[in-house]
Amino acid sequence: MNDTPEEIAVKDRKMFGFWLYLMTDIILFATLFATFAVLRNATAGGPSGAELFDLPFILVATLILLTSSLTVGLAILGSTRGYKKQTLFWLIATFVLGAAFLGFEVYEFSHLIAEGYSWERSAFLSAFFTLVGTHGLHIVVGLLWLGVMIFRLWRFNFRKTDINRLALFGLFWHFLDIIWIFVFSVVYLIGGIA
Amino acid sequence: MFEDIQKLIFGRLTLEDFVHEPIMAGAGISMVAALVIAIIAVTYFKKWGYLWRNWFTALDPRKIGIMYLIVSGIMLARGFADVMLLRAQQVLNDSPELLNADHFQQIFTAHGSIMIFFVAMGLISGLFNLIVPAMIGARDVAFPFLNSASFWLFAAGMILINAPLVVGEFSAAGWLAYPPLSGIEFSPGVGVDYWIWSLQIAGIGTLLSGINFFVTILKMRAPGMTLMKMPIFVWSVLCSSSLIMFAFPILTATLGMLSLDRLMGMNFFTSDMGGNPMMYINLIWAWGHPEVYILMLPALGIFSEIVATFSRKRIFGYTSMVIALLAITVLSFTVWLHHFFTMGSGASVNTFFGIMTMIIAIPTGVKIFNWIFTMYQGRVEFTTPMLWFMGFVVTFTFGGLTGVILSVPAVDFQLHNSLFLVAHFHNMIVGGVLFGAFAGFTYWFPKFTGFTLNERIGKYSFWFWVIGFFVAFIPLYILGIMGATRRLDSYDPSLGWEGLFIVAGAGAVLVAVGFALQVLQVVVSIIQRKKNQVGGDPWGARTLEWSTTSPAPEYIFAEIPTVTSRDQFWEMKQQKKDLRTPLYTDIVVPKRSGAGVVIGILALLFGLAVVWHMVWLVVLSLIGTIITLIIRLTNDSPDEILKASDIAKHELQRGTQ
Repeated sequence: MNDTPEEIAVKDRKMFGFWLYLMTDIILFATLFATFAVLRNATAGGPSGAELFDLPFILVATLILLTSSLTVGLAILGSTRGYKKQTLFWLIATFVLGAAFLGFEVYEFSHLIAEGYSWERSAFLSAFFTLVGTHGLHIVVGLLWLGVMIFRLWRFNFRKTDINRLALFGLFWHFLDIIWIFVFSVVYLIGGIA
Repeated sequence: MFEDIQKLIFGRLTLEDFVHEPIMAGAGISMVAALVIAIIAVTYFKKWGYLWRNWFTALDPRKIGIMYLIVSGIMLARGFADVMLLRAQQVLNDSPELLNADHFQQIFTAHGSIMIFFVAMGLISGLFNLIVPAMIGARDVAFPFLNSASFWLFAAGMILINAPLVVGEFSAAGWLAYPPLSGIEFSPGVGVDYWIWSLQIAGIGTLLSGINFFVTILKMRAPGMTLMKMPIFVWSVLCSSSLIMFAFPILTATLGMLSLDRLMGMNFFTSDMGGNPMMYINLIWAWGHPEVYILMLPALGIFSEIVATFSRKRIFGYTSMVIALLAITVLSFTVWLHHFFTMGSGASVNTFFGIMTMIIAIPTGVKIFNWIFTMYQGRVEFTTPMLWFMGFVVTFTFGGLTGVILSVPAVDFQLHNSLFLVAHFHNMIVGGVLFGAFAGFTYWFPKFTGFTLNERIGKYSFWFWVIGFFVAFIPLYILGIMGATRRLDSYDPSLGWEGLFIVAGAGAVLVAVGFALQVLQVVVSIIQRKKNQVGGDPWGARTLEWSTTSPAPEYIFAEIPTVTSRDQFWEMKQQKKDLRTPLYTDIVVPKRSGAGVVIGILALLFGLAVVWHMVWLVVLSLIGTIITLIIRLTNDSPDEILKASDIAKHELQRGTQ
């Protein structure tokens, strides 16, 4: 299992490049956060966050997503030690939690739309749907990636490249968690209480 | 029933969208004709396999670089044709009318967008690819496949921005598409959507290549090349890449929001329902101003290499050069508001941004002085690249001075959106970026072809460009002060502006001659390539990329050099060390891959589908992209190995040639 210097260099580059990609994604989210902050009170006579958000509901979704960060961490620990079953178990757990979180979000969105508060209603709601939706889109991409990885780990018996990629996936998933903590604080807590 | 099916398949595309007014139709038909002739020629000479194997699927950064340059060259011609039409309309001044107002608007929008995104960005990206790996003593970029995908996304964006010549119309909202004009209410057609998705797709390519070059430079330098031993050009690419990573996500998000406004009825930038158009203008310039420096910094880097080489001296004030680059990189994010002093942010905000704008002139000034001191007491050779440099110093300094004038908010209230502004930024972009790219192209041309460009025609071309440039733009400064606004398709003849517009038009013709001479220069040089053949080091250069043969083999360096000095190659020549050490090892190179092309095609289809509201094609192209990515990224053997013995054989053959 020892890596050649060339392999280590490639791994190092990929890790660094992926970090940089995450930083650029942070800027993308920062732009959306800034827009949300500017348009937060532009409700155009429609409802404000305080009237719309169901904080206990969001808290449950948040806890589900945060737990999935724990499970992905356990999966990576398992993979570095070569425990195949544990790794697969925790990855599948991550997938289920991620999908559950996504379900919560879809439910919240459809609920809002059914009540007549879609993104067309006001600039505030446009900013809300776009910011939260972009995070949700990232979760979808993460689930796709996770699905492919679970299949490969199960089918190809732990190749080195797959294990390296799992580390990158871990970064991505934790990153989405951090973004969500900001969404939870800035959008739901500040908006829901004020 | 029939209409429903038609709508389902073609979205809002109808046959009428293919019908255009004569001038646009002419442009569209000649573009399609050129494409058809090219396809027939390639088929007739049976070159498809060659093109596919050696170019389209190539992951070699130097081939990708050449493809960038070819695309940008063609786009330069397109952007130039646009500007000739604009000037002709302004000279004729509606008697007779050459272009109607709507067509005029589409053309200036296309001119601006194409020149920035597909000419300036393309030339810069091309030179990154061609030079950076060899200059830092590496064999490739960090992520070769990503690099190919970046190029094909760029190409897809290019096709999308030209598609309105054939089908539909282009945006008439200016090169930055300010809302609410660019919103669905005032621009209901497909034009703005073409603009958004062309830039979005090309922009993602640029973002990926920014990450790629940042990693390449920080992780793949030859042993011994510390940060402060990197050539200035490499520093400039590093700074430019970091600006790309900071700025382009803002563009992606902003275009995304504008598109959501248009497609899904959101209210980010609309003028009612709480929307805030000024938010867009802030965001787009938070990307847009750094973008100017993304283009500018590499040009400054190119000139630093050229001045040192042709003065036969080390660059003067290396450390201050690096600090100046870093200062510009940071400061470029603190000046965006100077694009809209008239927004009404109040005196204190305007003053802050005015002062920051003046401050950014200081590091730029440092660089100008450093170049002049490099030339001082050097043995200066006035080759074509050096002439471009001299032209640049004059033009760029001139533009810098008018920029400082504009940075005073009180003056800007008078000159905002006038032709004075147009003249100023052309001074910077043409005199800075374009001259820099031309200088770099002439300087490094023998590096990637093995023969030099014809110097005589190059010099003629240079003089036409520089003189033409000033003849074209000095009148615009004067007109701007007289009150002529930008984007003006007609004016009252009693204003007496006609003479100045005629002079400006004549200047544009001179520049066109200069451009034609450049095309001639390349053609003549290719025909006479046997005569102009040169060795590895035609200019007596100083940096590593010249230490291998020209053109370099696929692996660039048979053995990675060890760096001990800033001007490594110069030192090697001084010490008369044997440049090619015969210690060969196996080299891993990436296999060619068609996935980049496929992603480009799918991105193009996606763009067209969104523009024309073809939902099924949106879904299909997205699924296609996901499948392509999965197949490519789960490929377990993307590399192949060149055997040391083969390399030794190859190197020996090259040595005896």
